[in-house]
Amino acid sequence: MFKSQTAKIAVVCAVLAAVAIVVPNTNSFLILLATRILAFSILVMSLDILLGYTGLPSLGQAAYLGVGAYATAILASKYQFGFGYDFWLVVVIGVVLAAALAAVFGLLAIRATGVYFLMITLALGQCVWGLAYRWNSLTGGDNGINVRGRPQFFGLDLANEITFFYVVFGFFAASLLVMFVLVRSPFGRSLAGIRERELRMQILGYNTWLHKYIAFIIAGAFGGLSGVLWAHTAGIVSPENVIITTSVDAILMAVLGGAGTLIGGVIGTTIVIGLREYLSTLVPWWQYVLGAVYVLTILYLPSGLMGIPERIRQRGSESGKTKVGKTEDQEKLASAAS
Amino acid sequence: MNTQFWIIQAFNGISYGALLFLLGAGLSLIFGVMRIVNLAHGSYFLLGGYVALTVIWTTDSWLLSLPVAALAIAVLGMVMERLFLRSAGLEFARNGLIAIGVALLVALAIDEWTQFIASGNWIMFVVVALVIAAGLYYLLGNVSTIAIEADPLRQVLLTVGFAFLFQQAALDIWTGNNFDIFPPGPLTQSMVIGQLYFPLYRVFMIATAAFIGVALWLAMEKTRMGAMVRATVDDSEMARGVGIDTSRISMFIFGLGAFLAGLGGVIGGAFLGIYPGLDFEVLPLAFAVVIIGGMGSLGGAAIGALLVGLADNFGKALFPEISYFTLYAPMALILAVKPTGLFGRE
Repeated sequence: MFKSQTAKIAVVCAVLAAVAIVVPNTNSFLILLATRILAFSILVMSLDILLGYTGLPSLGQAAYLGVGAYATAILASKYQFGFGYDFWLVVVIGVVLAAALAAVFGLLAIRATGVYFLMITLALGQCVWGLAYRWNSLTGGDNGINVRGRPQFFGLDLANEITFFYVVFGFFAASLLVMFVLVRSPFGRSLAGIRERELRMQILGYNTWLHKYIAFIIAGAFGGLSGVLWAHTAGIVSPENVIITTSVDAILMAVLGGAGTLIGGVIGTTIVIGLREYLSTLVPWWQYVLGAVYVLTILYLPSGLMGIPERIRQRGSESGKTKVGKTEDQEKLASAAS
Repeated sequence: MNTQFWIIQAFNGISYGALLFLLGAGLSLIFGVMRIVNLAHGSYFLLGGYVALTVIWTTDSWLLSLPVAALAIAVLGMVMERLFLRSAGLEFARNGLIAIGVALLVALAIDEWTQFIASGNWIMFVVVALVIAAGLYYLLGNVSTIAIEADPLRQVLLTVGFAFLFQQAALDIWTGNNFDIFPPGPLTQSMVIGQLYFPLYRVFMIATAAFIGVALWLAMEKTRMGAMVRATVDDSEMARGVGIDTSRISMFIFGLGAFLAGLGGVIGGAFLGIYPGLDFEVLPLAFAVVIIGGMGSLGGAAIGALLVGLADNFGKALFPEISYFTLYAPMALILAVKPTGLFGRE
């Protein structure tokens, strides 16, 4: 078990290193695409903490991306703030605002379970969308806000797409590391316990509400970080970023890769954003492909791409069992009878 | 801000609420019976409008477009429910449909290089598609699947997948242009009471919603079928236990919900217009109706629709900048306090 775990970590590190080396040497289309994927991946991973590790399917995660992105865009366009060293302050502001919003929303949402949790997070996400869409004087309404220019600090000019890619990559790697440590910590383990059986955790003396609430806030904070990066990546922040389909997309990306694996969310994001950006330049019917990916994933791959090896292994062991002729159950029955 | 303003705004709000009732009542029933959050409900609304447009273009009859569009969407909803949301027993049909769909996409992608269609070689294209479809069908049949019924999240995502597919299909069939549905002449006039003008079309909307609401209420309260539906909403396991065929009920309700949404699309098309993106614009409003009113309750949907219609209208007129916020924030609060909605059954 430990060995395969180390191997997995090694593979992930190797792939990330390869991405960091290869991508900057490709064309600017791919560099921008990779930057988008990395920035959005942080949101998807944050959602995975809720969805995969805690069992809370949030249908309004785009709200936190929106808060981070709008905070960045408003500070940049109205106050010319965040183009120098103060970029780091913007990161902190985006994260804190999103966490604060999650703290408020969490108070309302955490008590709900199952399909009601879906509905209430949808409603809360719509609140943020409604403000983004209608509060013209602050958010620019339907047109959104353009973010002109990117920060410069330490002699780094983020307007250079390769430099910017590395900065986003750094944030991504740091987020992945922090979330990885988090889900492996005792706190993360108790979240998994809540996902599996909340009542048992309560009986064991855990304050499950508080655990879920903290997880909700942490996920919101990472969503805010993702939003700050997204604002500078896309160069425009609009209600499109907080609309319900963005939240649903994030869930699909997590489920496609495999919920509860963190890295699966990154794979899912790569596939969906990659498909969307690449196919839309090739064929007019690209959205069919996206719909098909949804339907196929949900119906045939509930454990996602990361779950495929496990399923093949199970299948192999099942057919092995039938060859031997006795399943475990039959053996148990036999021993019970004797 | 005189009385005139209040009367006109209230009238507009009520007529908008009438439209939302058509949309929300179906969603509410579907949720009540199946516990499914159907995110394709807005697509039914939009597709209803589009089908009506086609009927109007070919037959020139607005009156005919109402039942045709609503029935077409009802069939669509029932197929979606029976094959995909609850496919037990019909997995082969589901797999076959998916295999054909995916094979068409793959064949189209291959055709980008081989250019069979462009060179008029249709037969080759069909052969390629059929071969791929057969292979896929075999593959899908051998994938062990976990039933989707027990997992609300997967059901939601599946309906979103369909919403995307419908969106693209609508774009391909009806282009991305904005259309208007023009009701027949008499309905475009206005009623004059005192100094106030009331568009007859809005009166018609209110009358239609009231008629359908009463008909639905009678069907639910006074018929055997209605009693079976109510039993399923309250406790589907118990209902199955006493011999109610709940799977037929859920298919029927899904069809009914789609029917109402499609009808709403035709009626609403005259006053919202029909354009890509309308589906996800009306969807959250429908959810607001359902949540405020209470899930699975018809009367609740009526009150919810009225409240949302009025709140939306007055919100936009009085404080436009936060008008959506004033709609969704109460919705979230209601959910937090009473998850089943104001008038929902526990």
